[in-house]
Amino acid sequence: MTTEAFATGPAAAPTPNAPPKMQGEKVCVFYGDKQALFDVDLKIEPFSVTSLIGPSGCGKSTFLRSLNRMNDTIDGCRVAGRISLDDDDIYDPSIDVVELRARVGMVFQKPNPFPKSIYENVAYGPRIHGIARNKADMDEIVHSSLRRAGLWNEVKDRLTEPGTGLSGGQQQRLCIARAIATRPEVLLMDEPCSALDPIATAVIEELIDELRENFTIVIVTHSMQQAARVSQKTAFFHLGKLIEEGRTEDIFTNPRNKQTQDYITGRIG
Amino acid sequence: MTDAALPNSAVAPAAPAAPAAPARRDFGLRRRHAAERRFRFYGLAAIVIGLGFLAVLLFSIVSKGYTSFVQTSITVPVEFSADIIDKDNKRATDPRVLVSANYPVVARNAVARALGISPDDKAAMRDVAKFVSDGSRATLRQIVLADPSVVGTTRPVTLLATADIDSANKGQIDLSVPEAKRKVSDQQLAWLDQLRQQGAISTPFNWGLLTFGASSRPETAGLGVALIGSLYMMGIVLLCALPIGVAASIYLEEFARKNRFTDFIEVNINNLAAVPSIVFGLLGLAVFINFFGLPRSAPIVGGFVLTLMTLPTIIIATRAALRAVPPSIRSAALGIGASKMQMVFDHVLPLATPGILTGTIIGLARALGETAPLLLIGMVAFVADAPATPLDPATALPVQIYMWSNEAERAFVERTSGAIIVLLAFLALMNIAAILLRRRFERRW
Amino acid sequence: MSAGWLVAIVLGIGVLAYFFSAQRARAQRDQVDRAKEVPHSLPLYHGWFAFLLSTLPAIIVLVVLSAVSSGLIEGRIRAEAGTHIPDPAAASLQVGIIHNAAEALARLGLTGTGVPSTYAALRDAASAAGISLADSGEDYMLPLAAGVNEEAALHRLLIQGLALLLSVAGAVFAYSRIRIRLRARNEVERIVLWSLIGASTVAILTTVGIVLSMLGETIHFFSEVNPLNFFFGTVWDPRFAAAGSGGSEGQFGLIPLLAGTLYIALVSMLFAVPVGLMAAVYMGEYASPRIRSTVKPLLELLAGIPTIVYGIFAVVTLGPFFRDLSAALAGGFAFIQAQSVFTAGIVMGVMLIPVVSSLSDDVITAVPRAMRDGSLALGATRSETIRKVILPAALPGIVGALLLTASRAIGETMIVVLAAGVAARLSINPFEAMTTITVKIVNQLTGDLEFNSPQTLVAFALGLTLFVITLGMNVYALYIVRKYREQYE
Repeated sequence: MTTEAFATGPAAAPTPNAPPKMQGEKVCVFYGDKQALFDVDLKIEPFSVTSLIGPSGCGKSTFLRSLNRMNDTIDGCRVAGRISLDDDDIYDPSIDVVELRARVGMVFQKPNPFPKSIYENVAYGPRIHGIARNKADMDEIVHSSLRRAGLWNEVKDRLTEPGTGLSGGQQQRLCIARAIATRPEVLLMDEPCSALDPIATAVIEELIDELRENFTIVIVTHSMQQAARVSQKTAFFHLGKLIEEGRTEDIFTNPRNKQTQDYITGRIG
Repeated sequence: MTDAALPNSAVAPAAPAAPAAPARRDFGLRRRHAAERRFRFYGLAAIVIGLGFLAVLLFSIVSKGYTSFVQTSITVPVEFSADIIDKDNKRATDPRVLVSANYPVVARNAVARALGISPDDKAAMRDVAKFVSDGSRATLRQIVLADPSVVGTTRPVTLLATADIDSANKGQIDLSVPEAKRKVSDQQLAWLDQLRQQGAISTPFNWGLLTFGASSRPETAGLGVALIGSLYMMGIVLLCALPIGVAASIYLEEFARKNRFTDFIEVNINNLAAVPSIVFGLLGLAVFINFFGLPRSAPIVGGFVLTLMTLPTIIIATRAALRAVPPSIRSAALGIGASKMQMVFDHVLPLATPGILTGTIIGLARALGETAPLLLIGMVAFVADAPATPLDPATALPVQIYMWSNEAERAFVERTSGAIIVLLAFLALMNIAAILLRRRFERRW
Repeated sequence: MSAGWLVAIVLGIGVLAYFFSAQRARAQRDQVDRAKEVPHSLPLYHGWFAFLLSTLPAIIVLVVLSAVSSGLIEGRIRAEAGTHIPDPAAASLQVGIIHNAAEALARLGLTGTGVPSTYAALRDAASAAGISLADSGEDYMLPLAAGVNEEAALHRLLIQGLALLLSVAGAVFAYSRIRIRLRARNEVERIVLWSLIGASTVAILTTVGIVLSMLGETIHFFSEVNPLNFFFGTVWDPRFAAAGSGGSEGQFGLIPLLAGTLYIALVSMLFAVPVGLMAAVYMGEYASPRIRSTVKPLLELLAGIPTIVYGIFAVVTLGPFFRDLSAALAGGFAFIQAQSVFTAGIVMGVMLIPVVSSLSDDVITAVPRAMRDGSLALGATRSETIRKVILPAALPGIVGALLLTASRAIGETMIVVLAAGVAARLSINPFEAMTTITVKIVNQLTGDLEFNSPQTLVAFALGLTLFVITLGMNVYALYIVRKYREQYE
């Protein structure tokens, strides 16, 4: 077993003084004429889990999708302000969106495995990016990614079967394995558990906690309990604005903002 | 357990400061972007090829055909000489002499006189005779029959020029070809110039192209019979295919339960939409002509064949239109006690009408351009007179184009392209009507 | 009285029944005490019920019995002609002449003693009235024709009387049954529903008609030509037989036609598939909405142009162009003929571009967006996403679409009639002329027809072959496409 499969960087505890892995400054997003995000300032700490919460349509998914420029794929979508990765503006013309997305991976709300075999699903990213040097390398990456995603024991005997044949929770873990196989630095998760049952959700949450050691994770979630369970930092969005952000314990026990408090206590949302 | 796979995951929690930005990895970006550009170029090239062919096709047809919309005519004073028309002076007792009189000679003499050629110069007279179309026989006869008193007088008449003179006048004769191989001699060209200087040559809009029937002479051949034949057929298609198609769609969409029978109907409809059109021609020949004994070459048979061909198109469009009416309308109607039939005919069908009509027009446009099945039911026919009823022999617009394309003369090539322009103009009108209809009544639920 | 008039009278009775019945229902409604009794149906429905009851049975009886009558008469003619002419093929020719003679007699108004005694006399009388008859009639036909006319007249009288009676009876019955609680609306709706069902069976009837009509003639053809010689013969030389001789000396080998058909279809697909597919991909994935909204309708114009126009384009412009081009390339020798597999294939390919592109556009847009997002989010470029995720995912659908397109190419007629040539030969050189099944169907069936010769009947055998091939492809393609759609629903 080679050791370089996940040599993206050392795991580190979140340290308040460390420079942010990603940072949004005065981020505004427009869909055509409609503004969906208003002047969002948010720092994403390295090797920690940041959760974005808020009612439906509050802009949290929009913000998440602008972090790896998936918004580019939507006609008429425009981003203003500055979003940086390691202090490089990701909307700068010199930035290659392909490279950016290799560094900032994403897991979607609904599991979306390709209609290929389990192995090919995971190997797809490394293959297009030319990460594996040979077959053995690729096998190693696929196997370790599946292990890392907690799926290995369930699928090791049927790697050639189609990924679409797995259960919903397994499919989502396959998507996570697929995302981490390209060894991204940041992993974006857009309500990854919303299509799953509670047991599958618990497995994924546990996984997120483990992945934090190697990746910077940003997760959008509808469930406040989930945010409280998995994240170190929480940001509350409402009507396209970032209302409040801070350490998760603080947000949930002692919110400074009335709207946050209303949301947490279930009065809005 | 998962950690076992990642020996490095336990490494260096000690690094308190920010980890240095990881070294940039090589993703082979240059190569991949080149591949991206290549792929994109292929796509663009495909579109350029498609549009290029469209442009070449339209250009080649328009450039070959636009001249057929004007027709060279010769206006000369014509002497309705009694010596030629009615030598024995019998017209008072036997008006038939006026019908069978030798009008082409009258026309030839008129042109010869305008050119100052002596009637005794037989060779020159033969060449002059090639100026005026044989169609002048009908023109002059009509004048005389309408008013027999013109015999013996001289009056200016506009006569059709022959196809060769027409080509010469339009500058389509290649003068570098040796005279012997040309259809128009140098002498004739000189005469043409002379007539032009006299102001006798004019090129009015060629109404004949749209009104004349079949003729072996290009200048008197027209699309009249074909247009009427196509019109009859479109009428029959509309009268048959629309009611049957709408009725079938209503049944399948609103009433039918899903069972073997309706599945079978669906399979049939989808297949009929993809059956080669020539097979419908065989069906028409075997069933309508041989079995039911309907006449060959008749628009009614063509209409029935095209109806069967158009039916799947109309059914598919109608079902889509019915499906687009939201279920809430149906619930609302049923909720106030309407029967299912009332719900369909009072609410759903009116709302679906624009969609149905759009689909019908598009189906009709396809039927209008269809040729192959009509060849088999005998629409390839030389029909000079306009059909009075759909049971009389006629041709159709695309079939007329096919027949003209088999003629060798240059003037027919021009007319073939001219007829295509007429056909395309009709298709364009129908499609524009469909688009306008869709836009005008488009409804978003 | 002609059938048209009878139908008009029946419809007139129906209209009267409508008005009187609606009137009666209205009168009853106005008298009724609504506290005790509520009218079931609107007067309108009572009117419609009466209309339908007085017209439908009468017209159905008219149609059915007329068909039975003409069948009886046909049988009588055949039986009698058979006693005079033993050879069945020749007898069927005589049947046609007898029909014409009977029609001429009817149009001349000759019955009973007025019937001429010889066929020649009838022919002279007919030609004087502008009706032309065949030369080869015989005198025995005349009494038969006259008898047939009498029988037909009798049938007509009986049938029309019955229809009129039914019509009046229906009207009276419906009128007399009108009651406040009569469920006229339900009755009318039931009839309407049945007519809707009837309309939807037209599709089935058409298919059945296609199969039966072609099967009948094909069996007829195979009774004169060995099916093995048809399906496996490599020589096509039908030799147009002179009318009446009925000779079957020609050779009817399907192989050269089938080869030409498939070869031209292959060339057209080789051209249309890459172009159409790439155009669809570019339009769906790269083009800006503005370009898409102009380019797409323009490309669809190609699909709206009638095939005859493509054929003429091939003959007048592209064929000569390729010929001259090849002559220029090869230094004077035109190795591409003006009519060739290549020219026909390219022009047909142009016609198929929008077909391929719109079918594959449908298939590609059916691939869920999540699939594309999943790939893009991994950092794949657009082309990598298309080539490695979308196209493989859409592959079954695309295969189905291509099968549908190929079946269009195989069944296409006008382009090949004009651009492919008529010489039935086996060749692998795409620059020479070959011919197709559809071209031969047109060749065999245009011009003067003589219906019972194998030269004509072979067209139906060819048509059936074509129908079976395309039907197989269509059914399979539609099946694949449906399975594919279900996968993503």
